[in-house]
Amino acid sequence: MTDATSQGGARPSGPSTRLTAADSRTKKRNASEKRFRAYGLAAIGTGLFFLVVLLTSIISNGSTAFMQTFIEVPVYLDPEALDPNGNRDPADISKVSTFGYNPLIQNAVFEQVQDKGIATDYEDAGDMKALISASAAAQLRDRVIANPDLIGETVDFQILASSRVDGYLKGRVGRDSITQDRNIDAGHLDIVDALREDGTVHKSFNFAFITGADASESRPEQAGLGVSMLGSFFMMLVVLFLALPIGVAASIYLEEFAPQNKFTDFIEVNISNLAAVPSIVFGILGLAAFIQFAHLPQSAPLVGGLTLTLMTLPTIVISTRASLKAVPPSIRDAALGVGASKMQSVFHHVLPLAMPGILTGTIIGLAQALGETAPLLLIGMVGYIATNYPEGVISGFMSPNSAMPAQIYEWAKRADPAYYERAWGGIIILLVFLLVMNVIAIVLRRKFERRW
Amino acid sequence: MPVLWLFLIVLALAAIGFIAGRMRVTSAGGKRPHSLPNYYGWNVAMKVMVPAYLALVVWLLAQPFLVNSQVVGMLGDRAVPEGSTIGLVMSDVRRVADGLDATVAQGLMTSEEANSIRTEFTDVRDRLGEAGVALGSNVSSEVLSAAQTYRTLNATGNFWMSTVVILLAVGGLAWGITQSHGSFRARNSVETGVRIILLSAAMLAILTTIGIVLSLVGNTWHFFQIYPASKFFGSFTWSPSFGGGSELGIWPLLWGTLYISIIALIVAVPIGLFAAVYLSEYAGPRMRAWAKPLLEVLAGIPTIVYGLFALLTVGPLLLSVFGRDGLGWMQAGTAVMTAGLVMGIMLIPFVSSLSDDIINSVPQSLRDGSYGLGATQSETIKQVILPAALPGIVGAVLLAASRAIGETMIVVFGAGAAARLSLNPFDAMTTVTAKIVSQLTGDADFASPEALVAFALGMTLFIITLGLNVFALYIVRKYREQYE
Amino acid sequence: MYDAPLRKTDVEANEIKISAKDVQVFYGDNHAIKDVSVELQDKTVTAFIGPSGCGKSTFLRCLNRMNDTIDVCRVEGLIALDGEDIYDKRVDPVQLRAKVGMVFQKPNPFPKSIYDNVAYGPRIHGLAKNKAELDDIVEKALRRGAIWNEVKDRLHAPGTGLSGGQQQRLCIARAVATEPEVLLMDEPCSALDPIATAQVEELIDELRTNYSVVIVTHSMQQAARVSQKTAFFHLGNLVEYGETSQIFTNPVDSRTESYITGRIG
Repeated sequence: MTDATSQGGARPSGPSTRLTAADSRTKKRNASEKRFRAYGLAAIGTGLFFLVVLLTSIISNGSTAFMQTFIEVPVYLDPEALDPNGNRDPADISKVSTFGYNPLIQNAVFEQVQDKGIATDYEDAGDMKALISASAAAQLRDRVIANPDLIGETVDFQILASSRVDGYLKGRVGRDSITQDRNIDAGHLDIVDALREDGTVHKSFNFAFITGADASESRPEQAGLGVSMLGSFFMMLVVLFLALPIGVAASIYLEEFAPQNKFTDFIEVNISNLAAVPSIVFGILGLAAFIQFAHLPQSAPLVGGLTLTLMTLPTIVISTRASLKAVPPSIRDAALGVGASKMQSVFHHVLPLAMPGILTGTIIGLAQALGETAPLLLIGMVGYIATNYPEGVISGFMSPNSAMPAQIYEWAKRADPAYYERAWGGIIILLVFLLVMNVIAIVLRRKFERRW
Repeated sequence: MPVLWLFLIVLALAAIGFIAGRMRVTSAGGKRPHSLPNYYGWNVAMKVMVPAYLALVVWLLAQPFLVNSQVVGMLGDRAVPEGSTIGLVMSDVRRVADGLDATVAQGLMTSEEANSIRTEFTDVRDRLGEAGVALGSNVSSEVLSAAQTYRTLNATGNFWMSTVVILLAVGGLAWGITQSHGSFRARNSVETGVRIILLSAAMLAILTTIGIVLSLVGNTWHFFQIYPASKFFGSFTWSPSFGGGSELGIWPLLWGTLYISIIALIVAVPIGLFAAVYLSEYAGPRMRAWAKPLLEVLAGIPTIVYGLFALLTVGPLLLSVFGRDGLGWMQAGTAVMTAGLVMGIMLIPFVSSLSDDIINSVPQSLRDGSYGLGATQSETIKQVILPAALPGIVGAVLLAASRAIGETMIVVFGAGAAARLSLNPFDAMTTVTAKIVSQLTGDADFASPEALVAFALGMTLFIITLGLNVFALYIVRKYREQYE
Repeated sequence: MYDAPLRKTDVEANEIKISAKDVQVFYGDNHAIKDVSVELQDKTVTAFIGPSGCGKSTFLRCLNRMNDTIDVCRVEGLIALDGEDIYDKRVDPVQLRAKVGMVFQKPNPFPKSIYDNVAYGPRIHGLAKNKAELDDIVEKALRRGAIWNEVKDRLHAPGTGLSGGQQQRLCIARAVATEPEVLLMDEPCSALDPIATAQVEELIDELRTNYSVVIVTHSMQQAARVSQKTAFFHLGNLVEYGETSQIFTNPVDSRTESYITGRIG
């Protein structure tokens, strides 16, 4: 220790500075400290600001999709047009196509306009077509076929207004924006203004948006998310029933039984890489493996579910392994100590204790799969395909359908801005589902969380 | 649904086996059996189910493939009309075969008739139309006979599949039951079986990787046979035309991908990193408790939402500032900047939560050491914590880069469709992922270079992201080991 | 050094460096330090001894406000350094810690080079005007840390590559490089083997010529070997404080006697 003693002597520091008065250097350092802190706060603030902007733009653009414009008028169901044979036979009635109903509806609206004494240049009931959705006739027809006794009577009917009228009431369509529009004229808007005052034209809650099917490009007012919601539901069933058991089995093997060797390492590297592979690559896999090779039907929720299962598996395996790892070794030792086999100690003790964590991870994996779009595009779950509810469970899995995010993609791609509103509205529904799933996961975690 | 029935039959046999195996041991009396009775039941059930279901799955996967290649061999080249491909003819064959099935199922045709009709005597298109099966064109005699072979082969295949599966199940049942006596170590047998099942579940990860590689390599190979690889990697032009004569150079797409990713990282890395530093070093527990989950909400929002946000909110917003009415740099709402900015927002929580983990794993003793010397918190962070955490943070940034490169929905909506090599961030460009979507969802014939190029693009994407991931995960793992 | 007899050293002449009066420390609801009053002298090694959890480390961390980094910790009472209240609102803990250095239980070199480890403090406090001065400060600190001869040829090798004892001496060198007036040591030898412990103990004895050293230790032999004054803590109370030789040979309080003879602890 010679080198230390050689340095002996008086205390090296000069006159002691006073603690209570910060010197200039300390002041500078403290200022830079404050600055640094402010950067951090600003970063969090920016992140939260983006979140607020995102949510605001979703809600402000999407909430209008839940209201829809209707024209409520009495419609005279002319027996001569609807039931020429006069025998009220459902078979005969269903032979009358929507072309038979269109004039009735247009007349009804036109009469209403005249009854109210609204000044208009239109002289023909056919000019009212611009106000009315192309789907209104089909809806009326369905109602008549369901209840043929209505024929000959005058019923109050909520006629679905055309998307331009709907847009006018929601502020999307204005008088200047329709000058180039072949679908509607300013005169129609005058009628709408007048009918709106007495409540004939009004907005009400849009159940059809939540329960309905997609509609063609020209009828955004009728498009709904219901059928694609079912598509998502069947896909999630596939994911749940495949990814959960397989994921848990794989995790148990890796966490409890796998020997420490190259092969196990290889499996683990595979899993962590798969977790980071872009989702679109899983779409290519689904296309090549399930459709090209195995010839499963294109656009089927089964194929979508299988593809999403492969995509979700790594997530589930990673979270399941974490919850298995969180069970302390003493539990396993205790079970082995009373003579249980390794398998029994895992299935009787470790697995039940890890179950809440596994379920939480699975729900979060499912939520991720529910919102995933890119792979579905490649296996054909987009386009105007989901027009009807599937008939029964098997067709739910096998017949072409869309899924919520793919339906939103489809709407956002369409040219009519009325579909943008639907897309935002669809996002609100999708986010509500995700929110519910995440809340369930959080509640599960809170309720069963155990600190060892 | 014969497969469903087969499935249920095997399940029923397994249930019978379970009960029989269990009863044989419990009713035997005498010495106490080696294992609990249920294990004997499970032993039999497992021996019924595992081989039978395995055979079923393998058969279901192999049969379409084998039948297909048989029929293709039978058709030969002469059945393929000018301008068509064997793939298109085969899909006709399948459609006719399905149509015949449907017609027979509806009782409009007997199965003998379905096997014997000839195009010379019957208007097949008409007959199938009666059953609601619409065909696009008239059926040629080759296609019809191929469809009939297709049906017979499939029927024979299905018959043998049922036979083999049921035989395996019954054999397993017999084997399991003869084993069921007190001295048999049923528990060990069941546990070995379960272990094998667990192992095969884990191996699915390898299978998935192999599947990805095979599906990419196979189709990429096809692509390079009809389009030279030298042009794919050498050309600076991307102009697909579905009429033929496309130029499919990857560079404009790679440049777009890279440019958007860089902008995304420029947005996400500083914000994410500073947020992580603040949350882990400064924020009190209460602020952490609400700010962290709120930021992570950004990560839980599906990418389609960000896509729409880019297309309908951010794009128009940027256009109003940088567009013709403002600075005049921007032509349309879709641009590299739009996509990059939105992708950056999406990546903020990704960067921040990874960095947060990494900063938290820097040992407290280093902080104490620095504070003990009179360092301020920011000096400690800048000079001790961040340098110590640097490898981990680099890993996190690389993972974020891989996410950005592989992201699809934001660029599909936000970046535009034009492939170009430009330096202006307000120009519309396109990316590898966006083109994979557009080439595979278009109307292109699946065997054309315009569609197959998507697989070559997917291969490129896979290799780039795989490289980044492997490297990043390696760095992060090394970093973790340092402080464990 | 090991079996050295207890030396009676006259340190009473040294001036008071730190004086604490009625100090209370709370961790949330837990009253960790109760009514501790003590006066620590300059150029003296003072040992804090006591059973685990008695509050000796907590009290040590009060002396340079390291407890500020713990959210739930609350300190009451008066602690003065050279007559200045260190918990005064105007006092910057950063300046305080430059004057009151600290060495920790586990050697904690930064993942930087040996040179940068030692230069870190002088750099942040701006003690060197240029590279040559900094080199000088680093060398002096390493010499005072009794490690210069071992590392002078590899100053730019990582500090984490040294052995445990070397790391701890590096940390001591790092602490003295900022020219503190008081050195706090929290069980500096508990992670070291006996040979490294002996080296560090010898170093502590030498540091006494320049600094007021406060050391928390679990080992009574160590306290007896290196310190001139000893304070015995028990359940958050300062039970007895006095000359080390007196505490170990003739304790006043029965609890001190029980601890020293091994009946509590």
